[in-house]
Amino acid sequence: MNTKHGRLLRAVAVSVVAALALAACGGSDGDKSSSTGGAADVKAALKKGGTITVWAWEPTLTKVVKDFEAEHKNVTVKLVNAGTGNDQYTALQNAIKAGKGVPDVAQIEYYALPQFSLAKSVADVSSYGASGLDKTFTPGPWASVQQSGGIYGLPMDSGPMALFYNKTVFDKYKVAVPKTWDEYVDAARKIHAADPKAYIANDAGDAGFTTSLIWQAGGQPFKVDGDKVKIDLSDAGSKRFADTWQKLLDEKLLAPTPSWSDGWYKGLADGDIATLTIGAWMPANLESGVKAGAGKWRVAPMPQWEAGANATSENGGSSLAIPTASKNKALAYAFMDYATAGQGAQTRVDAGAFPATTKQISDPAFVDKKSAYFGGQEINKVLAASAADVVKGWSYLPFQVYANSIFNDTVGKAYVSKTKLADGLADWQKKSATYGDQQGFTVN
Amino acid sequence: MATTTALRPKQRARAAHSFARPRRSPLLTALTGLILIYSLVPLAWLVINSTKSQESLLSSFGLWFGDGFSLFSNIKDTFTYNDGIFLRWFANTLLYVVVGAGGATILAVMGGYALAKFDFPGKKGVFAVVLGAVAVPGTALAVPTFLMFSKMGITDTPWAVIIPSLISPFGLYLMWTFATDATPTELMEAAKVDGASELRTFFQVCLPMLAPGIVTVLLFSMVATWNNYFLPLIMLKDPDWYPLTVGLNSWSQQALTAGGDVIFNLVITGSLLTILPLIAAFLLLQRFWQSGLSAGSVKE
Repeated sequence: MNTKHGRLLRAVAVSVVAALALAACGGSDGDKSSSTGGAADVKAALKKGGTITVWAWEPTLTKVVKDFEAEHKNVTVKLVNAGTGNDQYTALQNAIKAGKGVPDVAQIEYYALPQFSLAKSVADVSSYGASGLDKTFTPGPWASVQQSGGIYGLPMDSGPMALFYNKTVFDKYKVAVPKTWDEYVDAARKIHAADPKAYIANDAGDAGFTTSLIWQAGGQPFKVDGDKVKIDLSDAGSKRFADTWQKLLDEKLLAPTPSWSDGWYKGLADGDIATLTIGAWMPANLESGVKAGAGKWRVAPMPQWEAGANATSENGGSSLAIPTASKNKALAYAFMDYATAGQGAQTRVDAGAFPATTKQISDPAFVDKKSAYFGGQEINKVLAASAADVVKGWSYLPFQVYANSIFNDTVGKAYVSKTKLADGLADWQKKSATYGDQQGFTVN
Repeated sequence: MATTTALRPKQRARAAHSFARPRRSPLLTALTGLILIYSLVPLAWLVINSTKSQESLLSSFGLWFGDGFSLFSNIKDTFTYNDGIFLRWFANTLLYVVVGAGGATILAVMGGYALAKFDFPGKKGVFAVVLGAVAVPGTALAVPTFLMFSKMGITDTPWAVIIPSLISPFGLYLMWTFATDATPTELMEAAKVDGASELRTFFQVCLPMLAPGIVTVLLFSMVATWNNYFLPLIMLKDPDWYPLTVGLNSWSQQALTAGGDVIFNLVITGSLLTILPLIAAFLLLQRFWQSGLSAGSVKE
């Protein structure tokens, strides 16, 4: 799940997080005794009942909470939307620092999870029964919640990438749907030449998107081993991405509209933005936010870096995790398990979420579903196939939230000035490394 | 006050261009016009776009009406969306304004009066502290206040928003200056000679004279509390206690997330409904506001 926020607010949020993360390194005052529990404790907690607080912005959870409470009458789940993405992480760090008001379960995006798990702000839930769930989840998301042998959350959804395209635009200008990124650049030229107002895509500089594309290109710019971190944003995969994207930038083939803005929704509706290379959770957003696009959009496999290949990557998606400071971890786990691996997974898929569970993603009712919005196309076939082809071995930085927050000040320059993308990436690497060193990591 | 301003035009009547009949300046008129447009365009945009449905919002030109007139269905949806949470936010905002801004006004009036009319040791120190406090933006204090409140266990309750709203250094300073000019010491002495207690002098003699200042401070703190965003954003996690500002933002953020219900039209209509009470308050209390403002700035 990508988020865009006002820059100022983000800057404030980040500096707060930074300050608190620093402070958090100093003291360790959580009671360790309550953090080790077993599957039996989870059952006992469900029997005993109680109240837990869940911080999440994922809309489909509302129904899951209702169902869970109906099934377990003595359990109350307080579902609180404490902000989307960064806003919530700031609030969570604040609460952890203050030691009060910490939720029992928190939604944390995959890219942000290492930041919390490495600081031990969220608990290892292996012993509660999570270690037995490795066949339950699809490989990409399952790898994302693990960190040096521990399991720090349960995958809630996933975002294997695909190419969403506006068929009417491609038909109108007789452009073939690109299968490789080189064809994509050609298609971008043709569309923009045919209609100067139309672009193949929007990109105003988006950290999540950039890292996802580097991921697909086989890059592994971030390597983490304990507190040793390696950042190399000039490896083969990163270079591959930068070279291709530089062409699009040089020829001004990308609409400078930030994703998730009203202008973005407008462009998606009127055909000025012809494609979206984005996570599989996008259909629900198109259906609700771009009603005028009904019948126009289709889904194709992600363009490839090498013709004939079928590599994909993940974009967005989040997990549920239990903060170490939670007083009721066993009950929290019971809910988390229900929402992600149990009945809740089906409820959420029915409401339009994209599953991270193998059962739902291979369910014929899901895979063969015809989507009216996408002109009757069985889009889940394409999306589920993408989930199986995610390139392995990717990891995010243990301070990715901060790194992403400075993306626009570094790489973002390439989108608005003559700065080259490769130089922007180098600058991003340098500034991220400096921050990592300040945080007590050994970088590069 | 009123008499002195009324005299002014007469005093200057002989001058070719008076306060009442100023010299025409095309440049100034143009500048003022620009500023007028600058302030009215967002308002016009808000009114125009609150008549559009989510769909026509994205398909029509921003500064003109789209096809269809959906203002009333938008208003209905705003009030009913998510089990009528908008009304709850409205009530919360009212609560914060009445208790917070009302309390801030009472404190500022009493404090300002005391500082203006009584001499006591340490008054200069208080003056320095108040002036210093005026210079510190509330936003800068939000995070430390959060940490303090969370130690006290009152974050995520209405108190976390109300208590900081009770403090208005600017209001105190304004009341201080206002009370110095508006309540003649002679009159207070006369009241005391006639046997009135300190309390009675304050409530029955001085308070009526302070009315314009009180309204000014009330309006200032009302606007500040009504528009308060960062403080409740940090303090409150429970949507049931959100004020309108934070609530509308959470609606707007639904567009930023996977699976979110995009309701720009309700955000816009909600914003329009949110500013209506403020506009009403200004129109009703405008006279007081103006005279109060000048009283704070003009040294007679």
